[in-house]
Amino acid sequence: MFIAKVIGTVWATVKDQNLRGYKLQIIQPLTSKGDKFGSPIIAADTIGAGPGEVVMYITAREAVIPLDVKEAPVDASIVGIIEKIDIGL
Amino acid sequence: MILGKVVGTVWATRKDESLTGLKFQIVKHVDLEYNLKDNFLIAVDSVGAGVGEIVLVATGSSARLTAVTKNKPVDAVIMAIVDKLDVVSD
Repeated sequence: MFIAKVIGTVWATVKDQNLRGYKLQIIQPLTSKGDKFGSPIIAADTIGAGPGEVVMYITAREAVIPLDVKEAPVDASIVGIIEKIDIGL
Repeated sequence: MILGKVVGTVWATRKDESLTGLKFQIVKHVDLEYNLKDNFLIAVDSVGAGVGEIVLVATGSSARLTAVTKNKPVDAVIMAIVDKLDVVSD
């Protein structure tokens, strides 16, 4: 699970039919301190995160689980919107 | 998923037989202004993307979760053709 900031949305009419109805957000991965980390990726969003919000996202095959389809070619999806991060060390 | 641009096609007659009939596109990563980056990958095309189109590519074992690539040795699939990006803040 990783942290990222939602920085935009992808519009794609032609896509895998199991992706119909799902939002595809552009997210910028962040370090735990909130600095940019690597380049932006695209993640499916079943939570309804808005631009500018900091989110938790998962990668790999598990990214299909939040979608209520059996199979879809998705390797990243948003699973939560973060309010606060406490760092002990 | 990653954002990419289809820049070419790979033809390979001798290959794993389960890959017969699949289209292999060369996809270069692009940034949010669609400028080409250096890294590229070969992705199986499942949505009929042509050269020059901006696409999304799913990689890893998620790439096998389409009708075209199910149970095949494929780790990257083109699964969307991008119409537009709305970028709010970078």
